[in-house]
Amino acid sequence: MDWLFEPFQHTFMQRALAACVLIGFLNGFLGAFVVLRRMALMADSLSHSLLPGLAVGVLLFKSLAPAGLFVGALTAALMVALGAQLLSKSSRVKEDTALGILYTVSFSAGVILLSFVKVRVSLMHYLFGNILGVSNQDLWMAFAVALVVLPLLVAFERPLQLLLFDPAVARSQGIATGVLNIFLVVSLVLVMVCSLQAVGVILLLGLLVSPAATMYLLCDSFPLMLWGGGVLGVLGSTIGLWMSYWLQVPSGACIVMVLGALFCIALLFSPRYGLVFRWFKSRHFHHESLARWKKDHADNTEPEHKH
Amino acid sequence: MSNHSLKVEDLTVSYRRIPALHHLNFSVSCGQCVAVLGPNGAGKSTLLKSIAGLVKLESGVVYFHGKTVNGATKEFAYLPQREMVDWDFPTTVRGVVEMGRYLRLRWWRPYSQEDDRAVTNALEAMQLTPLQDRQISALSGGQQQRVFLARAIAQEAHVFLLDEPFTGLDQPSQESLKRLLKDLRNQGKLILVSHHDLSTVEELFDQVLMINGELIAAGPVKDTLTRENLEKTYGMHVFSGVSHGLAI
Repeated sequence: MDWLFEPFQHTFMQRALAACVLIGFLNGFLGAFVVLRRMALMADSLSHSLLPGLAVGVLLFKSLAPAGLFVGALTAALMVALGAQLLSKSSRVKEDTALGILYTVSFSAGVILLSFVKVRVSLMHYLFGNILGVSNQDLWMAFAVALVVLPLLVAFERPLQLLLFDPAVARSQGIATGVLNIFLVVSLVLVMVCSLQAVGVILLLGLLVSPAATMYLLCDSFPLMLWGGGVLGVLGSTIGLWMSYWLQVPSGACIVMVLGALFCIALLFSPRYGLVFRWFKSRHFHHESLARWKKDHADNTEPEHKH
Repeated sequence: MSNHSLKVEDLTVSYRRIPALHHLNFSVSCGQCVAVLGPNGAGKSTLLKSIAGLVKLESGVVYFHGKTVNGATKEFAYLPQREMVDWDFPTTVRGVVEMGRYLRLRWWRPYSQEDDRAVTNALEAMQLTPLQDRQISALSGGQQQRVFLARAIAQEAHVFLLDEPFTGLDQPSQESLKRLLKDLRNQGKLILVSHHDLSTVEELFDQVLMINGELIAAGPVKDTLTRENLEKTYGMHVFSGVSHGLAI
């Protein structure tokens, strides 16, 4: 069993494992809301718009202190998210277009700003992250975010479910849908900012939506999709981390590959929504109905199948 | 008119400063099925939504049982058009009906046996008990409409606001929906339905509200659904194929 536990004897791997558990669960849990509310595009835009915030954080604090980066990224993402809402509400431009404009502008601003940064930082680091480099401070930050976001999501599970399923009825029942929407966006930004160090701007989205999408193919229960997504997030990222150690490949990419593989398995073999079973079932039904038809017509005539 | 009624006074709604409904006044008593009739864009949906508290009123007051209704209330249940909802949502028939209890529950109160009983009864009343564990996309249009009704019953609503429930239903589903609505009416509920098929108004409803931006006519079907009112509501031309067979 050495091969199983050996990687986790190193301190950096232990920290990475803790990050997998925390960030994997947070993303998998929140992912259900992103998938069902169709916020994947928004999530992607927001993850890119974190960059200028990070750059400003580095410029102001002259270091890579997680707290400075956190505040910078949070401000940038919230500005883009709320700016897009404002733009789409006050003009003819729809929200997806508004997001497209704002996040690319924001990302470009980030790239330009980073070129002025004297501290040794590479763009690659922010794009792809490095879970092996998470600090204790990063872990505490993720823990704090989990402590705020998860209980709130659980407490408001019922109104959130109504908002996702039937917004009109939610409003007619006196649920403050606007406030809940903002809460979802803010939670999303918080979770993203603390996942950044681990998987980077580009791979973030995979960690967020893959576990939830996998559960979406496996179950018909909203709570199961939430908790199952969380568990799957932990499982996938731990396996990915472990594999990356032995294969000597970048851990973030490996984690997203494992999550993608889990999704593919569900896509093919899910008992209810999997492609394979659906194909078999349709054949099965066909045979069944043909058999029934033959039986019904047995005393009359043979079915005209002969050409 | 008795106190058990819904009264709308001087109701005006605008979208981006373009008025959709002007100064509507009417009153309907409970225990009736009421059709809201009018051409496309006449404001049928807007009327239902404004009673449900979903759109902002520019002017006007809604009274129920003699009391002012301000926005959302448990007494009213709004049933959206079927296309407005994501039917692939991970939930079952029973799960949707349970949503009717959410407002009564508030988020900190656990689900009680009483809630469970209310949900079971609502499923029973809408003949959905055998389907209760089914995922909602695996339902026919008529069954989906019944799920919405069951949710409204679980909510213990008194006024049912249905947006085009008969659209796209086949004959048997229409029949069963009609029967269930009449059952609810006989229990003293008020059923308000936006409807566009003029040929079925007489068999489905007791009262009509004919609107086209403003109220054209209101009253019992027999007296109100006249050629004159129809022409006023639908402009000068009424489809000859649809208008025949009406009580004129």
